[in-house]
Amino acid sequence: RMANEVVLLETWASMYGIRVRIALAEKGVKYECKEENLRNKSSLLLQMNPIHKKIPVLIHNGKPICDSAIIVQYIDEVWSHKAPLMPSDPYERAQARFWVDYIDKKVYDTSRKMWLSTGEEHETWRKELISVFKQLEETLGDKPFYGGDTFGFVDVGLISFYSWFYSFEIYGNFKMEAECPKLVAWVKRCMQRETVSKNLPDEKEIYDHAEASKKALELK
Amino acid sequence: MASSQEEVTLLGVVGSPFLHRVQIALKLKGIEYKYLEDDLNNKSDLLLKYNPVHKMIPVLVHNEKPISESLVIVEYIDDTWKQNPILPSDPYQRALARFWAQFMDDKCVVAAAKFVLKVDEKEKEKATEELYEALKFLENELKDKFFAGEEIIGFVDIAAVFIPLLQEVAQIQLFTSEKFPKLFKWSKDFYNHPVVKEIMPSKDQLFVYFKARAQSLAAKKKN
Repeated sequence: RMANEVVLLETWASMYGIRVRIALAEKGVKYECKEENLRNKSSLLLQMNPIHKKIPVLIHNGKPICDSAIIVQYIDEVWSHKAPLMPSDPYERAQARFWVDYIDKKVYDTSRKMWLSTGEEHETWRKELISVFKQLEETLGDKPFYGGDTFGFVDVGLISFYSWFYSFEIYGNFKMEAECPKLVAWVKRCMQRETVSKNLPDEKEIYDHAEASKKALELK
Repeated sequence: MASSQEEVTLLGVVGSPFLHRVQIALKLKGIEYKYLEDDLNNKSDLLLKYNPVHKMIPVLVHNEKPISESLVIVEYIDDTWKQNPILPSDPYQRALARFWAQFMDDKCVVAAAKFVLKVDEKEKEKATEELYEALKFLENELKDKFFAGEEIIGFVDIAAVFIPLLQEVAQIQLFTSEKFPKLFKWSKDFYNHPVVKEIMPSKDQLFVYFKARAQSLAAKKKN
């Protein structure tokens, strides 16, 4: 009988991969991490995610699961004995799925548009990014976590972007603390969890990575 | 009796594949609901109140609590009413079902919309290619009668309702039976499923919807 074999294909800077690492850590699951080079994708990645050819991919006993939000729900359902990430109430579950979908639709795309534009266009996207974070702050309200008293699905979904906040602040010329103080307080709460702090890359390394990507794009 | 009565309201626009997904799910579960037709070019106060974030239909309101995003709503319906399950019970099969449903939204619906709504020729050409690539994946994925590989319709079939909507109702040929034999048969079978057939709009209703969508897209481009 095959042992519980868990492999994660990801890249160090991907916020989507970070979600999966945090979820696996919350559940205390041991896994093997394989770093991909997206400019030279492994045959394993192409075999396991032939449709999108993207990371992260979780491979559990040889079977692939793709898309970070789907992977985190899978992890929650399989390793259900510990640290539940999804709420138990159907309405709360729907809200959690809605907000992770919102994060997926808004944060990366808006930040990228801001990052790659100049002048008036840049200003529009900058304002839009700040309003996205303000919306997320409003959604949190006065709760300690998006999951209420406990760290949950939406918390995992958003905290994975934290290492990018520093870069957003520089490119967008704003301070998260000034615009969204409650969100920053939430970040600090999340960072007290080892499952989070140990799985987030260094924000300055992320910035260097972003700068390098930007230069590469500009050279094209 | 009034206290045990569940109040279910659904805001939508007839012709929207996203609305029809939710209607199929409700019908499968045998849930009665009040339907409220909205107007994409003149959104109701109720819609803006219940979906302030995206301001889009469909919105399901259950005992005064709103849920938005069609796939989120379908999962909610499945979570809340246990008869005739829509998603599989096995976690791996559930992950696959979610993946293919998401695939419909990420890869197919946008391309199909561009294909249908007659945007400029270059965009339409690109959309046709994208759609064709996506449909090839679906053709390979389809097992037996329906996507779940069973006689009963499931989450992925529901997510793919835009296909028979275009192929059977609007009679816009997305694919031929020669090139996509499985999808061709699936589209007919799904369209003829009693639950689906009752919900499908008429060809005229569908064209009214396309016209309204084209109008609102044109208005967006101007701004």
